[in-house]
Amino acid sequence: MNAVTPPPVAAQRPRLVALVGNPNAGKTSLFNALTGSRQKVGNYPGVTVERKAGRLALPSGETVELLDLPGTYSLTPRSPDEAVTRDVVLGTAAHERRPDLIVAVIDATNLRNHLRFVLELRRLGLPMVVALNMADLAERDGTRIDTSELSTILGMAVIPTVAVRRRGLAELGAAVAPLLGTGTTAHAAPPAADIRLLQREAGAIAKAVVVEGGGAKRWSQRLDALTLHPVAGPLLLAALLFLMFQGVFSLAEAPMELLASGVVWLQGLVTSVLPDGWLRSLLVDGVLGGVGAVVVFLPQILILFLFILILEQSGYMVRAAFLMDRLMARVGLNGRAFIPLISSFACAIPGIMATRTIDAPKDRLTTILIAPLMTCSARLPVYAIIIAAFIPATKVGGLFNLQGLVLFALYGFGVGGALLAAWVLRRTVTKGPTPTFLMEMPKYQWPAPRDIGIGLWQRAWAFLARAGTIILASTVALWALASWPNPPEGATRPALEYSIAGKIGAGLEPLFRPIGFNKEIALALVPGMAAREVAVSALGTVYSLQGTDADHAEPLVGALRAAWSLPTALAFLAWYVFAPQCISTLAVTRRETNGWKWPAFMFGYLFAMAYAGAGITYWAARWLLG
Amino acid sequence: MIKAADINTMQRGDIAVIVAVDRAQRDPAGAQRLHEMGFEEGVDIELLHRAPLGGDPLAVRVGNMTVALRKSLAALVEVAPDLPAA
Repeated sequence: MNAVTPPPVAAQRPRLVALVGNPNAGKTSLFNALTGSRQKVGNYPGVTVERKAGRLALPSGETVELLDLPGTYSLTPRSPDEAVTRDVVLGTAAHERRPDLIVAVIDATNLRNHLRFVLELRRLGLPMVVALNMADLAERDGTRIDTSELSTILGMAVIPTVAVRRRGLAELGAAVAPLLGTGTTAHAAPPAADIRLLQREAGAIAKAVVVEGGGAKRWSQRLDALTLHPVAGPLLLAALLFLMFQGVFSLAEAPMELLASGVVWLQGLVTSVLPDGWLRSLLVDGVLGGVGAVVVFLPQILILFLFILILEQSGYMVRAAFLMDRLMARVGLNGRAFIPLISSFACAIPGIMATRTIDAPKDRLTTILIAPLMTCSARLPVYAIIIAAFIPATKVGGLFNLQGLVLFALYGFGVGGALLAAWVLRRTVTKGPTPTFLMEMPKYQWPAPRDIGIGLWQRAWAFLARAGTIILASTVALWALASWPNPPEGATRPALEYSIAGKIGAGLEPLFRPIGFNKEIALALVPGMAAREVAVSALGTVYSLQGTDADHAEPLVGALRAAWSLPTALAFLAWYVFAPQCISTLAVTRRETNGWKWPAFMFGYLFAMAYAGAGITYWAARWLLG
Repeated sequence: MIKAADINTMQRGDIAVIVAVDRAQRDPAGAQRLHEMGFEEGVDIELLHRAPLGGDPLAVRVGNMTVALRKSLAALVEVAPDLPAA
């Protein structure tokens, strides 16, 4: 520790406190408990590592900025995520101040290995406080830790915390406050430590402070006997995934109908208040029709994220990665890729960003390239509307809904396509050494409702922000393209055919005619480039603008039933299993791969797959249906 | 045991002691990662599970941690049978 002179800038900016720790130390739970909903999630420029920060009021009255740094096992980074943690604590990060203090979050049930990292962090010379997290679990296991002895040996405050129960938070704040401003921000990086020496030292400390050693999490191991069982394990995984997709459809039904009727009510309100004209058409058809058609799917997206968050936070996701590793190895990937790919079921963007935890570059690139083949939630609106229009809701085997089964099959085609693509890519463009697989299996935990709630809130907000920006802009643009110019006097054809959009659709139609797509589909695919779900609102706009005013009230489902043949509908579904239709995904791929080469490649190969998939589906369906 | 053995020779439920993490210095980077995951000379290790279809990867308990790893990395870790409590 150096001189006690607070830096002069402290008056303007709140001091920075960083949470650092191994993955699974409960760092994010602690962060959520300390900051509640006062969080800001952003990105570090240049790298797409998420920056999570929040405000924390200390008992001393001072408010500090609390930073949740990516979890890492050491300061030797193996992935972009871990590099951010190292750069920030060393003070070499380009877009982050060096923290004034580090809170090392360690798992009381795994003292030895977590202490090793504390010793590595201590060498940095920053003021430090240890949060001995999951203190309750250690007690339950029969482990008693002498915290004052640990504090003496480490030379820093050690505060027992239980993040999920908000225990020890005030004490932690009280320990942090007096240390602020006692460090100096200019420190040379210490030479890399020999990990064996640190391990030995940590082992000796752990031995000295553990008064009573307890048995290791027995029930976690007992649960593993089921979840990792060679037969029962994969069956359980399949059942969980199936339950997830059935749940997405059945649980979301009621809130979706509520949202849909809300949109219709608003449209009615606008229609009754405004005189007939372009403004009314813009609000009713463009804004409410377009954005409304997408916002309706928020319940499904939230339910999907809810399942994923529960699987992640309970510790099951790593077990799934373990079970999937063999299959992933066959196509040249590793089990670690399973987690980004599962996240991609919600959205490819967080999925692609989650590949930062994959250390082998070729492995990571392949995972990025196949991530868009995982059926993201943006496809759900598209699938849902087509399934609702063309697949009867009959019971199959007295238990399953045919619509749910078709949805499950579409997800299956996506996964199959992804594995096939990975297999081909790893033998051609991303050829390289076989990566390995090494992961800690955290103990099982009940997911904390607060952590799930905050996670859901952040995702819902991100989705609504998208609906409010990209989707709103593109639906309004499409509405304009579809509304002008007006049809000439005495025109007999639908007004749309005379508009700019109609001309673009007509221009693209020859390209898509061989795979069974009509002009309206070709037209909807154009704004659908902005975001997949926009295609639904585009179809809504196209079909409610087409024909007479009376058609306005007719739901899209009915319009599609009247306009499309079954082979066309199936081809459209097949197109969406593979299609590279998301500008945001391409943009994030460009950022993650540092150039346009890979996003261009991604677009090309996905387009080819989508075209072939839709074509085969269309002709096979025509042949089968006579 | 006379001959040196690695984790791959263990059966489910076997408990052993880690003798060396980087056997014959074949893969220093891999060994460094194993150290970070709690592998350390003198620590006890138990083979918990093998994945379906070929038994790769493995799940082991190292000290108080459960770690999943592939056979290729497991081959780096030299183990000796745990002496029965006398």
